[in-house]
Amino acid sequence: MKKIMTFPMGGVHPPDSKEYSNSFSIRNAPIPSLAVIPMQQHMGAPAECLVNVGDKVEEGMLIGKSTGYFSANVHSSIPGTVKDIQEIYLPTGMKSKVVLIELEGEFRKPGSKSDDWRSASPKDLLDKIVNMGIVGLGGATFPTHIKYNLKPEVKLEYFVVNGVECEPFLTCDHRLMLEKTNEILEGIEIINKIMNPQDIYIGIEKNKPDALAVFEQTIGAKGLPFKVMPLKVKYPQGDEKQLLKALIGREVPSGGLPLDIGAVVSNVGTVFAIYEAVCLNKPLIERIVTVSGTAVKTPSNLKVRIGTKIGDLIDECNGVSKKPGKIIVGGPMMGFATADLNAPVTKGTSGVLVLSVREANLAGELTCIQCGKCVAACPLGLNPTTLYKLVDHGLYEEAKAESLFDCKECGCCAFVCPSHIPLVQGMRLGKFMVKKQKVK
Amino acid sequence: METKNNLLISTSPHIHSPISTTKIMWIVALCLLPAGVWGVFNFGINSLFIVLASVVSALLTEFIITRLLGRFTLLDGSAFLTGLLIGYNMPPDIPAFIPVLASVFAIAVVKQTFGGLGRNFMNPALAGRVFALFCWTEDMTRWSPSMLSASDAFTGATPLSQGPAEFLSKSGSYLDLFLGNISGCIGEVSVLLLLVGAAVLFLLRIITWEIPAAYIGTFIVFAWVFGGLTDGGGFFRGDVLFHTLSGGLMLGAFFMATDMVTSPLTRKGMIIFGVGCGFFTFIIRFLGGLPEGVSLAIILMNITVPLINKFSKPVKFGLVRDNNNEAGK
Repeated sequence: MKKIMTFPMGGVHPPDSKEYSNSFSIRNAPIPSLAVIPMQQHMGAPAECLVNVGDKVEEGMLIGKSTGYFSANVHSSIPGTVKDIQEIYLPTGMKSKVVLIELEGEFRKPGSKSDDWRSASPKDLLDKIVNMGIVGLGGATFPTHIKYNLKPEVKLEYFVVNGVECEPFLTCDHRLMLEKTNEILEGIEIINKIMNPQDIYIGIEKNKPDALAVFEQTIGAKGLPFKVMPLKVKYPQGDEKQLLKALIGREVPSGGLPLDIGAVVSNVGTVFAIYEAVCLNKPLIERIVTVSGTAVKTPSNLKVRIGTKIGDLIDECNGVSKKPGKIIVGGPMMGFATADLNAPVTKGTSGVLVLSVREANLAGELTCIQCGKCVAACPLGLNPTTLYKLVDHGLYEEAKAESLFDCKECGCCAFVCPSHIPLVQGMRLGKFMVKKQKVK
Repeated sequence: METKNNLLISTSPHIHSPISTTKIMWIVALCLLPAGVWGVFNFGINSLFIVLASVVSALLTEFIITRLLGRFTLLDGSAFLTGLLIGYNMPPDIPAFIPVLASVFAIAVVKQTFGGLGRNFMNPALAGRVFALFCWTEDMTRWSPSMLSASDAFTGATPLSQGPAEFLSKSGSYLDLFLGNISGCIGEVSVLLLLVGAAVLFLLRIITWEIPAAYIGTFIVFAWVFGGLTDGGGFFRGDVLFHTLSGGLMLGAFFMATDMVTSPLTRKGMIIFGVGCGFFTFIIRFLGGLPEGVSLAIILMNITVPLINKFSKPVKFGLVRDNNNEAGK
């Protein structure tokens, strides 16, 4: 029996609510008749739009070119005609240029699998990742090529595959691990070739025993040198900082990257996308989205083309079973609420959740009673109540001095707060105001 | 789906743990009830009147003041809890105006002056009790005998004012102390029922182990090492069991020192706080002029909480520890 690990500080145990959708196989969502493809689907600079209204595009054609190093390519998810180019607000609150593509013409025939990568150079493979627009699919959408582009003198110690999926409700990574085990393992081999780490860990929480078993089995059968690591169920273990603390006992320094402690982390979805990009020459134009929540009639795990409207996905799941109170893009702890059913699925959309009115209604806010639950829950050792008060009083610089910018908005503090204080909102406001004052 | 909707937009997280401040207050009050019922059985119906007087006056004071401020806060349970605790901290046959004034002082001066729930810097109930103790010392230290006690408790002196030797030879046993067949304040006598209530609070994770453990632990150590000097036994001869079971220690350690508003934020801070409470309870009880020190000790430590918070900040992730050590504890 392996030691079951977890991170020591903070964390919460929300009900994982995976039972709504974790037994349903991934199925294809309908092809959108109109794909809405944002140029900003990743962290960093938006892609530069390469098409004009009226242009014919093919499936998988490059329509947004990465602008500089900290950016990513964007491809068309369907064949068709560019109908319009607009600026819209995405559920994340970011404004982005979007390309509207009307479905028309032929789909690409799926190419046969190629094993050429085994003889390719790491540089070529990295270029492939850049070209295919691969970004982290866990939610942060950090451009993958930046993570993998190590300086020649750097010797990577650990590559960690993140199969934790600690957000309640979401099961897209879980299903992917069960159904595409071989593909994910081949993806890891590709990454192994690019970065050549000393150790490769696959971290999976104990609430997915079937995924743990299938990975153990397949890795054993193939004789691959990867280690499957069972983890205790605790939110936010899927965050790379907490995951690395749990697996290798090191802490990513404040403001630093995992690479600073000799590790790189990628989500299983990203690994699968890399496999498809390298072996099938397929750009990142599809992803798995969990459609779930207490108010969805048929919770599902769908394979969705980027640019599909979230309203169409809910329709595909037979609509709602009770009056919806809130629609969340992403998970319930860190996702974004939206009222726009025309909002598109982007590379970072891991889930679309519909909550009933009863669950959506917020309890009234009371005053802070200094209970310290938020302090105990913070996985980063911050003092959320004090930070919130500083921000509330407009003392933004003081909040910054109390490490406001270390906060990653995981939501543990607001989850446990008995007075229902919107702590995460306070942190976001504080960060926004500090940045705004700097611009002035 | 139709596009016109009444969907709610808010920041994450979109789910919440089921606990709430209001629930916490009412659950604590519920957990205190058994000990109070025992008090009423033990001391007679007049003690029920005392408890009700303090609860009603606390609620009324809170209502009037918040009404003037254009708010309504009675349902959050905090004023009820304060009134209940003041009632529990009164001798059973005290004139009723004293608990009433103590409640008014607690709510009007200690709680609302500083902004109401969450902003008071000391426990209002304890402040009310100490206010009464200093204003009407004689009434606050005149004890009526326990009606359930087997012995002929003619004086009605509390175990603490008698001291362990006299109590155990004349008035009762350790079991009487544990069950509450003794004289004392209405709500503090039954250690058993207070522990039952505290156990529920532990199970519901409303209180954590740090403060009670540090408080009682520190007190036990000091009482054991030095307690014998004043009680007549010498070093390491203190009657730990007697001192732990008597007075308001259990009520204080589990229900009043753990008051979230007036205790530190972090685990480290809570332990420092508990140790301080235990130390000062020992000092006042054994060396001070008063027979009991729990309320003053907790109030004293309440005042130091901002200082404790300042020096017991949580250790930030990724700042201090050496990353080359595989310290994955």
